Amino acid sequence: MNSAESLIKSIQGLSASPGDLSALHGILKKAEDSLRNNWDVQLATLEELDPSIHSLGYLYLLEGLTRGSVSKGKTSGVVLLMARFINRCDAGQIRLASEKFVTLCKRFKDRVLELEDPLRGVAPLVSAVRKVQVSAKCLTALHPDCLQLCLEAKCYKAGFSILSDDILEVDQPRDFYLYCYYGGMICIGLKRFQKASELLYNVVTAPMYQLNAIALEAYKKYILVNLIHSGQFSNSLPKCASTAAQRHLKSWCIPYYEVGNRYNDGKISELEAVVVAHSSDFEKDNNLGLVKQAVASLYKRNILRLTQKYLTLSLQDIANMVQLANAKEAETHVLQMIQDGQIHALINQKDGMVRFLEEPEQYKTSEMIEVMDSVIQRTIGLSKNLIAMDESLSCDPLYLGKVGRERQKFDFGDDFDTVPEKFSM
Amino acid sequence: MERDEESSGLMMEMCTNGGGEETSNRRPIISGEPLDIEAYASLYKGRTKIMRLLFIASHCGGNQTMQLEALRMAYDEIKKGENTQLFRDVVNRINGRLGDKYKMDSAWCESVDRRAEQKKGRLENELSSYRTNLIKESIRMGHNDFGDFYYACGLLSDAFKNYVRTRDYCTTAKHIIHMCMNAILVSIEMGQFTHVSSYVNKAEQNPETLDPIVAAKLRCASGLAHLELKKYKLAARKFLDVSPELGNSYNEVIAPQDVATYGGLCALASFDRSELKAKVIDNINFRDFLELVPEVRELINDFYSSRYASCLEYLGSLRANLLLDIHLHDHVDTLYDQIRKKALIQYTLPFVSVDLSRMADAFKTSVSGLEKELEALITDNQIQARIDSHNKILYARHADQRNATFQKVLQMGNEFDRDVRSMMLRANLLKHEYHARAGRNH
Repeated sequence: MNSAESLIKSIQGLSASPGDLSALHGILKKAEDSLRNNWDVQLATLEELDPSIHSLGYLYLLEGLTRGSVSKGKTSGVVLLMARFINRCDAGQIRLASEKFVTLCKRFKDRVLELEDPLRGVAPLVSAVRKVQVSAKCLTALHPDCLQLCLEAKCYKAGFSILSDDILEVDQPRDFYLYCYYGGMICIGLKRFQKASELLYNVVTAPMYQLNAIALEAYKKYILVNLIHSGQFSNSLPKCASTAAQRHLKSWCIPYYEVGNRYNDGKISELEAVVVAHSSDFEKDNNLGLVKQAVASLYKRNILRLTQKYLTLSLQDIANMVQLANAKEAETHVLQMIQDGQIHALINQKDGMVRFLEEPEQYKTSEMIEVMDSVIQRTIGLSKNLIAMDESLSCDPLYLGKVGRERQKFDFGDDFDTVPEKFSM
Repeated sequence: MERDEESSGLMMEMCTNGGGEETSNRRPIISGEPLDIEAYASLYKGRTKIMRLLFIASHCGGNQTMQLEALRMAYDEIKKGENTQLFRDVVNRINGRLGDKYKMDSAWCESVDRRAEQKKGRLENELSSYRTNLIKESIRMGHNDFGDFYYACGLLSDAFKNYVRTRDYCTTAKHIIHMCMNAILVSIEMGQFTHVSSYVNKAEQNPETLDPIVAAKLRCASGLAHLELKKYKLAARKFLDVSPELGNSYNEVIAPQDVATYGGLCALASFDRSELKAKVIDNINFRDFLELVPEVRELINDFYSSRYASCLEYLGSLRANLLLDIHLHDHVDTLYDQIRKKALIQYTLPFVSVDLSRMADAFKTSVSGLEKELEALITDNQIQARIDSHNKILYARHADQRNATFQKVLQMGNEFDRDVRSMMLRANLLKHEYHARAGRNH
């Protein structure tokens, strides 16, 4: 009792300034064990604290509270408590004990999933991510959890708001893989295939020494998304993929390779035959929907090719060339593509003719200049980042040590040493 | 002597206009009419004559008379030589169809084989004695004789080996050229055209200037090699450089009519317009060759003056005979295809819009067929145009460079963005990995 009371007093007293906070942090760490067992006390003490002012103390107490297993009835109450805390806590204080915070949030996510009500957890976790993130470039351990909840709750827009950051700093590879994989799935749900392709590409080409399941699943989706987005499929992985990936991924993705190859041939009937043949595999991977979208995109791709060669074409001819059933279906497809902005054309229903137009974009408007300007700025920014990264790496002692060791001892070829002498063996 | 008669005979052909009795056997041999086998065969001598006759026999389709004619002539020719294997082969193929005179003559076979054995023994003895005496010239002659012997018997790889062995004993440039020419001859017969190229190079690297006839022969051989390797442009260049002094001197390999045909067709299929004019039409030397095959000359001129219908007509009529040619057989379709494509492209080049029905008439095809051909060419980016399928007109389309540039720039910017970001991510992952490892080690 006494320790609890004194703890509360210290929390309340020392939550004002940064110097006090560090002292408080020390006290809390020492008091951690004693707090562990007293459940009811802790609930009462929590009432006395305000999450937004006494965030650090609240965090420790709450974390201790939720550590053990909780019975079904109390879960909902606990979840509510946690949600409230996460929404209101102060970011600055939280960052002092970010690992604890992360563990707390993960537990929160698990409870929410137990309750089968992921929607409750979406908003808190989104705000949690923002609070833990030191800068917009860092990936935190919470990103994948948040995205996972958004996927379960089908709240794609919320998830997408997290994805719009440019992640550059990564701590844990596994977090990164999951982040990209879930992020890719969210983008697919929002039909933003460009960004999905980028995210999945990052997983597939990430350096890894052994193949992991996340990369495998990501690669399968990557093939399909690429087909839908740009109609391209290549039998080999990008060169920058790790050797482990390059060697082993292929053997696990054979049905997908077949889909890709048939797509490249351009014949709808063969593609559909392959899809039917492997539909059980696709269903097992939960990719059947994507595969169907890929098949639909082949029609679009074929019609797009026709615009390169013809000025006008009858709907019946389009149907014949693209292997659609009749002119009516061709009309629907063309109409859909015009609305999506994928082609520019005019349909003359009287003659049953489609007239393909040139792309109207003349690159003369001021909006276009703004677009170009922003791209240029972005590129300059990226170049600066790259140079900065290079410089920091060349000063990194570990890197220099490695290069020094691997440098040949009697290499008289160079006029100067790229690495100072003291780093040799 | 023989050469003079032939060339004067040909000149007579050019002077007289009609076909008379004395000029009937001087008709152009490679023409649209069914092949006159006797005249064709008289262009060649040696082993290639036999091989060409056999080729005609196996590729003339159902034409029995032609087949039997070719086989008969092959039989006669083989009997003049010493190749019993070919003899047996021909007899099998004749299968008794030509009567008693042309059946298996085992007596002849046996006597030829016995003579060959004896000769072989004698040559071996001579060679070993030359070897012990270590006289370079005699050893070279010995190997040469062996090579000739094996060639006559039809054992081509042994012949090749022996010819090549003379290389170590060649002392003058003339010897080297002699060896190269023999090696080239055997390689062509064996169908190994990479050897042909290498030996031609070897002969041409000779420091002395070559005899013009030898130089022409080498160019023919090199042209043949390029043709077989499907390098039509190079083949055309080589054939067009052959000097007319070649005449009939290389007819153990190739006849001047062939030089004209191969050179003309390859040039048409692979040269652009200016090169065609400079190297073929204005080429005085080559004109002599083209006179031997007036149909090829006509079709080249027609192509250059855009008379595509008659050009394609000549091509069509020549096709059957060209398919019977041993070297050109595999390439006829490709060459024809390329010539036709070039014709289509050249037709559309000067126009802003082209009426497809008139074009179809000019190319003797249907409008839908023409549409398909044009579609293929547009996809390959060889014609810049678009088809108005409703009105059946082809419109030239010149890509807007400015828009295309903007588009490319934006695309490149985006790609750079993506690639650099991915790269930095990967670098960070690697750094983390490395630090984690280093952390564990410490």
